[in-house]
Amino acid sequence: MRIGALKDSYGADQALFDTAPQRLWLALGAVALLAFPFAASDYWLYLACLVGIHIVSTTGLNILTGYTGLVSLGQAAFMGVGAYVVALAETRLGTPFLLNLLAAGLVTAAVGMVVGVPSLRVKGLYLAIATIAASFILHFVFQNWTAVTGGTRGLSIPPARLFGLELARPFALYWVIAPLTCLMVLAAANLFRTRIGRAFIAIRDRDISAEVLGIPLLRYKLMSFGLSSFYAGVAGGLWAYFFRVVTPESFPFVYSIFFLAAVIVGGMGTILGGILGAVFMTLVPEALKLVVGLLSPWMPNAVAILSPVRTIVFGALIIGFLILEPHGLAEIWRRIRRFFHLWPFKT
Amino acid sequence: MEFDWLFFFEVTLAGLGSGALLALTALAFVLIYKATKVVNLAIGEMLMVGAYLFFSFAAGFGLPVWLAIPLALIGGGLLGAIVERTIIRPMLGESAISVFMVTIGLGSVLVGLVEIVWGAAPTQLPDFMGTTPLFIGAAYVSRKIAIGFAVASIVIAAFVLAFRFWRGGVALRATATDQGAAYSCGIDVPKVFSAAWIVAGVAAAGAGILVGAVGGISPTMGVFGLSALVVVIVGGLDSIAGALVGGLIVGLVEAWSGTFIGGEYKLLATFGLLLIILMVRPYGLFGTVEIERL
Repeated sequence: MRIGALKDSYGADQALFDTAPQRLWLALGAVALLAFPFAASDYWLYLACLVGIHIVSTTGLNILTGYTGLVSLGQAAFMGVGAYVVALAETRLGTPFLLNLLAAGLVTAAVGMVVGVPSLRVKGLYLAIATIAASFILHFVFQNWTAVTGGTRGLSIPPARLFGLELARPFALYWVIAPLTCLMVLAAANLFRTRIGRAFIAIRDRDISAEVLGIPLLRYKLMSFGLSSFYAGVAGGLWAYFFRVVTPESFPFVYSIFFLAAVIVGGMGTILGGILGAVFMTLVPEALKLVVGLLSPWMPNAVAILSPVRTIVFGALIIGFLILEPHGLAEIWRRIRRFFHLWPFKT
Repeated sequence: MEFDWLFFFEVTLAGLGSGALLALTALAFVLIYKATKVVNLAIGEMLMVGAYLFFSFAAGFGLPVWLAIPLALIGGGLLGAIVERTIIRPMLGESAISVFMVTIGLGSVLVGLVEIVWGAAPTQLPDFMGTTPLFIGAAYVSRKIAIGFAVASIVIAAFVLAFRFWRGGVALRATATDQGAAYSCGIDVPKVFSAAWIVAGVAAAGAGILVGAVGGISPTMGVFGLSALVVVIVGGLDSIAGALVGGLIVGLVEAWSGTFIGGEYKLLATFGLLLIILMVRPYGLFGTVEIERL
C-alpha cells in the first residue's frame, strides 16, 4: 500500500515520471511496444500504426483545445495540408523521408497560424465556426488547385525510404510511427512544464487575467495554433506514407469531429487523455465490426446497418462522456489508480 | 458579352427564396441560443428529421398533406422536447463548448437513426405544391421556391409578432436578458427552456419540409445547417433581425456565386463571407457585443 509520494523539491514535484513504480510500468510499456510487432498479425500492426497517427493528431489538438481552450474543428484539414506537402515533396522533389515529415509539420504550422489569426478577435464558438470555415476553404483548395493537388484524383506516393530500406508494410512503418509518436507525446508532456505551456493554461483558464499577468495573448494563441497544426501536419504526413494516396475526400469534416471527440472522450487537458481518447476512438469501430460479425448469423442485415450504427455510437459516445464523465477516460484511469493506491481504504 | 439582366433577376429571386428558408432555419437556431445559450450545431439534422417525418406520413402512410404537415411539425416539436430534457438539461451550467460538442454528437446520432429507419439513399418528397411556374414580370420563378419564400416570410413575421406581444415571447426575452431576474419575477425558466426547444423543433421541421420539397431529402441534407450557421454568425447569434437579414444575404451570395462563378464556389463564397464578417464585426451585424470584465 502506497498512500502518497513525499516530494521535497520543486524539481521532484515537476518531474514527468515521479515515482519508481510509474517508471517501472513505463519501462514495461516500452518493452511491450518493442515486442509488439513480432507478436502481432498484420491487421493489428495496421491498427497500431493508425492509432499512432491518431495519437499524434489528437495530442496536437489537445494542446490547442484542452490546454489553451481554443476549440478547433479544422484538425483534419490541417492533416490534409501535411499529407499534401509530403506527397508533393516525395513525388516532385524526392527529398528524404524524415525531412518531408518535418516540412509537412512546418508548412502546416504556418497554415495553422494563419487560421488562428481571428482568435484574438473572436473566441469560443465563433472561433470554432471560423475554423470550420477554414477547413472548408482548405478542402476547396485541395479539390480545385488541380495543378498542384491533382484535383479529385489526388496524389499517390511511393513507399517511404529510410537508410535504403523500403517502408511499405505496416511492420516496417511501425518502427517509424511508434518512436515518433512517443517522441511527440513526450514533447507535448514536457511543453507544459515550461513557461510557454503554463501561459497556454493561463489563457485557457481566463484569458483576460492572463493578459493582465503580462502574457501577450495573440502571440501565445498563435503559438498554440502553430504547435497544434505542427502535430497535425506530422500526423498527416505519416498518414500519407501509411495509405500512400491522398485525395480531398481523405480528410472530411467528420474526421475533425473525430479528433475533437477523441480529445473529449480521453479527457481534455491531459496528455494521457489524448492517448487514451485516440486509442479508444480508433478501436471502437473495429470492436463494432467484430460485434456485427458475431451477430450476422442471427441478423441477416447486420452488415448493412453497420455504418449507421457506427455513426450513432460515435455520437452517443460524445454525448455520454460529456454528460456522465466530462473529464474523460483519463479521469476513470486516475480513479482506478487511486483505488489501488489506497486499497484497502475506500477512496 | 452583354449582361443578362433578366437572368440576373431570376437568379436573385431564387437566392431570396432559398435565403428565406435559411432565415427560417436560422430563426430556430437563434431561438434556442437566445433562451438557453446553446449553440445548436445539430439544427440541420433536426431539420432533416422533420423532412423525413413528413415523408413517412405523406408517402409511407399515405396521409393527406394537410394532416401530414401538422404531424411532422408535432414530431419536430417532440424531438426538440426530448432533446432538451434528455441531453441539454443535464448539461446546464457546463461550459458552452461542452454543450456545443453535445449537439455535434446529437447530430451524428440523428443521422445514424435516419439512415437505419429510412435508408441512406436520397429520395423525393411527394409533390404537394404543384409545378406551374410563376412569373414576376418576365422573370421565371419556380413555384416551390415561391411558396417556400411565402411560408417562411409568414412564419418569421408571426415569430417577430409573438416575441413582441405574446406573454411567452416576453418571458423568453426576459430569460434571455437575465435568468436570475426572470426567475425572481415569477417566470418558470426551465419551462421557457423547454418551450424554446419545442418551438425551435417545430420551426426546424417546417423548414425541413420546405427544403426537402425543393431539393429532395437525404441523410446528408443536414449540411444545409452549415449554411444556416453562417447565417446566424453573419447576422449575430442572438438577433432575430440578424437571422432575417443574414439569411437573405447568404441566400443571395450562394445563388450568385453558384450561378456566375460555379457550383463548387458556393461554400467557398459563403465561408469567405463568414470570415470577412468575423474579422470586421466579430459579433455579427446585429449581435449583442459581449463586454468582458476581469
